[in-house]
Amino acid sequence: MSQFVLMDVFQAFNEVPLYHVCLEVFLLLMVLWLIFHQSYNPNETGDLSKEELQALIDEWTPEELVSDVDQNHRALHPRVITSKAQKYISIDNNKCLNLATHNYLNFVGNEIIEKSAIDTIHKYGVGSCGPRGFYGTVDVHLDLENKLAEFMEMEEAVVYSYGFSTIASAIPAYAKRSDVIFVDEKVNFAIQKGLDASRSRLKFFKHNDTNDLESLLLEQAELDKKNPKKANVTRRFLIVEGIYMNTGEICPLPALIELRKKYKLRIFVDESVSFGTLGVTGRGVTEYFDVPKQDVDMIMCSMEWALGTIGGFCVGSSFIVEHQRLSGLGYCFSASLPPLLTVAASKALDIMTKDITIFSDLKDCCELMHSALETINGLKTKSHKHSPVKHLVLSDECVFTIPREEVLYEISNYCIQHGIAVIVPSYLEKVEKFTPTTSIRLTVNNKLSSEEIKQACTVLQEACNALMSH
Amino acid sequence: MLRLASLVIRPLIALVGAVILNMAGNGIERKNCVVRNGIHITKQLNGKQRKFNHEIFQNGTIKEAKEMPNSTTKRKRRSKESFEKVPLCTAIMTYLGFYLLMFLGYINRLFFTPKVAKERNREGYAPLYDRFESFYLQYVYRRVRDCWNRPICSVPGAEVVLKDRMTPDYGWTFQFTGTTTKCLNLGSYNYLGFAEATGPCASSAAQAIQEYGCASCSPVQEFGTHPLVVELEKLTAEFLGVEDSIVFGMGFGTNSLNLPSLISQGCLVLSDEKNHASLILGLRLSGATIRVFKHNNMKDLEKHLKDAIVKGQPKTRRPWRKILIVVEGVYSMEGSIVKLPEVLELKKKYKAYVYLDEAHSIGALGEKGRGVVDYYGCNPKDVDILMGTFTKSFGSAGGYIAGSKHLIDYLRVNSHAACYASSMSPPIVMQILTSMSIIMGKDGSLEGERRIRQLAQNTRYFRRRLKKMGVIVYGNEDSPVVPLLVYMFSKIGAVVRTLLERKIATVGVGFPATPLMEGRIRFCLSAAHTREQLDMALDVLEEMASLLGLRYSQLPIPDDEVAYDDELE
Repeated sequence: MSQFVLMDVFQAFNEVPLYHVCLEVFLLLMVLWLIFHQSYNPNETGDLSKEELQALIDEWTPEELVSDVDQNHRALHPRVITSKAQKYISIDNNKCLNLATHNYLNFVGNEIIEKSAIDTIHKYGVGSCGPRGFYGTVDVHLDLENKLAEFMEMEEAVVYSYGFSTIASAIPAYAKRSDVIFVDEKVNFAIQKGLDASRSRLKFFKHNDTNDLESLLLEQAELDKKNPKKANVTRRFLIVEGIYMNTGEICPLPALIELRKKYKLRIFVDESVSFGTLGVTGRGVTEYFDVPKQDVDMIMCSMEWALGTIGGFCVGSSFIVEHQRLSGLGYCFSASLPPLLTVAASKALDIMTKDITIFSDLKDCCELMHSALETINGLKTKSHKHSPVKHLVLSDECVFTIPREEVLYEISNYCIQHGIAVIVPSYLEKVEKFTPTTSIRLTVNNKLSSEEIKQACTVLQEACNALMSH
Repeated sequence: MLRLASLVIRPLIALVGAVILNMAGNGIERKNCVVRNGIHITKQLNGKQRKFNHEIFQNGTIKEAKEMPNSTTKRKRRSKESFEKVPLCTAIMTYLGFYLLMFLGYINRLFFTPKVAKERNREGYAPLYDRFESFYLQYVYRRVRDCWNRPICSVPGAEVVLKDRMTPDYGWTFQFTGTTTKCLNLGSYNYLGFAEATGPCASSAAQAIQEYGCASCSPVQEFGTHPLVVELEKLTAEFLGVEDSIVFGMGFGTNSLNLPSLISQGCLVLSDEKNHASLILGLRLSGATIRVFKHNNMKDLEKHLKDAIVKGQPKTRRPWRKILIVVEGVYSMEGSIVKLPEVLELKKKYKAYVYLDEAHSIGALGEKGRGVVDYYGCNPKDVDILMGTFTKSFGSAGGYIAGSKHLIDYLRVNSHAACYASSMSPPIVMQILTSMSIIMGKDGSLEGERRIRQLAQNTRYFRRRLKKMGVIVYGNEDSPVVPLLVYMFSKIGAVVRTLLERKIATVGVGFPATPLMEGRIRFCLSAAHTREQLDMALDVLEEMASLLGLRYSQLPIPDDEVAYDDELE
């Protein structure tokens, strides 16, 4: 059969005139040329010669690696603390009442904690020399994790080696590029970095304003209706702080939980300040509002403030927390927390479990300080009365002899000279999402006496008076 | 689903590619090999005759990096870096093994529900985790889960005490048996052996607690600066031979919280493909454009540099604001040492800046233990940003950035960590101060020098003995990080378990931390190891290499005798 076909072809070839064959061959060549020829591209410049390249390299002048900084900047002349950072501290060898460091429960300088930390050095050495996965898990880490989970009445806890990285790593472990995060605009910088690393879509709502949050949620619900397929796989998170480091206000947790349920959000609470300071037994903002722990998906917390050590932890259900052991960047890729600091946290937690009077003392001190601060003429506070962090801003109606931005620093200097350590917190204005208002930040601890509080407020008042124009 | 598909297809393509390349490569190799060497080596292995091509360059495996001729102060050093290519049939077996594991995993899932926690009271929520990821963790990784996260209950020194645990349900859960096992520690980053519970470091750290407490509860810019921090910053600068330094409480954070303040949008970063996660995170947070060059490949780096300067920014066509080259001193997974002299030359030629992460090299390399800069005899002032950690060689925690005063002043003002993160804990600082003084010989003894020499000796000895076994070892001869390639996923588990049984603690690394093809066991040497301990480990490894079939190397086995106290060339 095929033979005949071949024969036919030959026959046809023989029968056609020669010019036809020539034409066919020409057309074929034309097609090949069209396929393989290189078209002229006006944008193509061809390779540069060596000289041209060198000229380009010579021409290029990069910016300086870093720009100049003002040599008078406060950060270049930090105050040196020459004692333990306890209730009284020496600042440049000048003894002051400490209302600046976050030692709310006075665990820094606690002899029991220090003794156990020293004992730990003599058992485990100082560093752990490895990440948790690679022989960096010391039994004291597991011990602390169990204690934390038990204390917070949740299933599991995971301990990080640095407070900042705890929060900045925990968020991107869950939130990914296609997700949406609803977040309070006054959140601290660690959360902001976590949000950046997650690359999710961010929706900032006004500070502690649940109405604003709800309107954003409604907007999102509208969007979801248009594209239900996408909505089904878009995770929604709500991230708030228990007590806001930058304002000293408490988050309206019950209202947030309602919204969480209504709009199917997962809520993460940063309890760095509220852990150990709110609630009758110091279990934080959930206890304060009597919200069941299961309604919160995860609690993130730094151990660098109330617990008086280094590191941080996250607690929640095993389903949530276990995931960080392989996905929390700061957990997997960093050396684990030195054993001595782990034991210090563990011991502090023991004290918190045994002695709940420290929490009522702290609460009394916070209230006392709050009412005392309200009497100061020239300064006002918006912080919550139960918050151990108090932010003081200048009263609008007062007139000062020096520019307003300088007044707060001058007040702080005056106070330190007169034996009261208070501070104007530093912010990196260029990188903060919404730079907090400059303020004086006071911290309260559980061992303040009413005389000391009165004295502190007297000095603050003197400082204001000295700077006010009457 | 898409990820699953890509994960299955990608290795397949790679496999086919590898087969073709290998075939082509082999052809050329054989031809060249005959021309160049004209010898074939026949070797007895496992009682089986095998033919080996004696060839050095064609495999791209052994490269000799000679020291820059202009450094007159240092003796000439020839350091060998080796990355032997995977043998073809091992490559095929590795992929097959992996697919088999996946396949078994799927079957397993059909019959057994995972024993993991379920999310409660969150009905109707978008699923929190990726489906494939959960599958991989539950049915593939779980089988070897016991090889990681082993809790210890002693100092991570030359020896370490592990808590024994057992799993009644094939890796879903673990229970402690209450017993412990003392093992030789080849897993911790204790390069100079400063992880000690007694001695000058421990006692000075204990004293620091009494004097300054455990923590300061405040960032450095507020009330976190105690005299020890000031002292450490001065000493670190002196140790590294630069103007100034700034220290932070966490090594990981030093990278991830400082890179964003150094670069920003409109800057270009050329980053080595094997850079650590903390660097990658820091770069990602910065918003700069990141381009990745091939591991330690200077030609590729130069190509990227040229390209960047000629073409400028892709969208706006403006020239880049600045170009930063980010490299590590010793790469923790590869065991290779950065070709610093070449990097510095390129940096000068193309006016780029260099960020050098010495996490694993500070203390562990160089005659005086001052890292990779000391190792090559370069000028530390030529490196724009010197970064390192205190976790490894100093047996403590935290990190530093060192360089010109101009740079450090800028960081003091603008670093995220200095402004917001808590300052270093006093006992942690004291440990570093004491160990660094010992390394520098400031304590008046030769102890620091002895440790540095011992580590160098241990490294050379261990690596040479391994080479003699015919196993594939990655990296540089002088690097105390020694990755031994076992390729197959299941062999990682097998080797780690068998070594643990023989009382040697090591670290296995596999997919996804390394490419699928390159499962490995990593040994970290220490100055605390004695020759006897290393000999013990090597003897066990020799046995293991036969037992588990680890002799993958196709290179000729060096026939020189390996002596321990060899004078370092």
